[in-house]
Amino acid sequence: MNSAHDLGGMMGFGSIENDPADPNFHAQWEKRVLALTLAAGATGSWNIDTSRHARESLPPAHYLSSSYYRIWLDGLEKLLLNTGLVNEQELAEGKQLIPPKPIARVLKADGVLPAIMAGSPYDRNTETEQKFAAGDAVTAKNIHPQTHTRIPRYVRGKQGVVDKIHGCHVFPDSNSQGLGEDPQWLYRVKFKAREIWGAEHSAKDLIFVDMWEPYLE
Amino acid sequence: MAHDHSHDHDHTEGSELSEIDLRVRALESLLVEKGYVDPEALDVLIDTYETKIGPRNGAAVVAKAWSDPEYKQWLLDDASAAIASLGFTGRQGEHMVVVENTEAAHNLVVCTLCSCYPWSVLGLPPTWYKSPAYRSRAVIEPRKVLGEFGVELDEEVAVHVHDSTAETRYLVLPRRPEGTDDWSEEQLAALVNRNSMIGTEQATLSGDLA
Repeated sequence: MNSAHDLGGMMGFGSIENDPADPNFHAQWEKRVLALTLAAGATGSWNIDTSRHARESLPPAHYLSSSYYRIWLDGLEKLLLNTGLVNEQELAEGKQLIPPKPIARVLKADGVLPAIMAGSPYDRNTETEQKFAAGDAVTAKNIHPQTHTRIPRYVRGKQGVVDKIHGCHVFPDSNSQGLGEDPQWLYRVKFKAREIWGAEHSAKDLIFVDMWEPYLE
Repeated sequence: MAHDHSHDHDHTEGSELSEIDLRVRALESLLVEKGYVDPEALDVLIDTYETKIGPRNGAAVVAKAWSDPEYKQWLLDDASAAIASLGFTGRQGEHMVVVENTEAAHNLVVCTLCSCYPWSVLGLPPTWYKSPAYRSRAVIEPRKVLGEFGVELDEEVAVHVHDSTAETRYLVLPRRPEGTDDWSEEQLAALVNRNSMIGTEQATLSGDLA
């Protein structure tokens, strides 16, 4: 969806506040939100693409005026409500009012490190043949999906070259909507900065964007 | 609630934080009461990312690549395997790609759509990496962004920006500082800071340990 999260090339956000002493967390609640999000995710009630979609579909003005962990908190509550794990009244009161729903698993303390170290790979085997080879000229489709997608607005309609083939990966557009993983070939596509931003940009500069096959023609 | 919005503008940040603090506590008690999360696991998750997984991992990878040409080649060909061989695996680092800074090209990593970042080798992303300012500007004016971080590149040096739109995660292999030929991996690792592996700084002899 064309929402506020798709920030590439937007202007007006000012300078970048790069303070080397800046801590990763600015308040205790931010730590809890990180941990709650990871632990709730481990219940298997949604996937990474669903959770990205929950955050980016927050109202644009709210998204842009919220801190990172505030967005995570809002996204987490939305996921819990959407999956029926909690209801509005429970959230408001912080107390259980309806019985819990069955979940795939509960992350225990001694399972945390193994779960982190294992991660969840997103590459999949496929029978399908890749449509493009390294060196092929491609165009990012001029598409505007209504739901979750990972094709940034700034590359749509632009021409590039396939630089590398990553393999076949879970397709976020489908996975985020509960429509299955629908694995697709994933390419690293190289764009000239000038192709995207115009002639005043350095002729040498390049932008590399990872793109699934359905984004390309 | 409507109350929430006006609140952001009417009060100080401090009181907003305390309201959020209460909201997060309420959410945590609810999820624990319903049996969805284990409070001890929450503590371990926080401790892991505060103390166990951070940019020292990435610095070890870089130092080894600087010291061992075969390892470096492996890293550039198959970063996930080469990094896993040092014990750094897992969440937000399942599919690693390493890009090498050279005399001809400087690499810069961003995630314009959210804040994808190689947690397995760099830990949690710094606040600036997650900011709309960085996410919006890194692709359209990378040289200005680099300038603000103190990196002035010759016009002849190409800037390669990597937008992390998929589950592939990018780590920059900075250029090895001159005059370090006989340095040990441990000494070299101390020259490599977080920003140099994102691409917003160079590795230098003065290397701070941020």
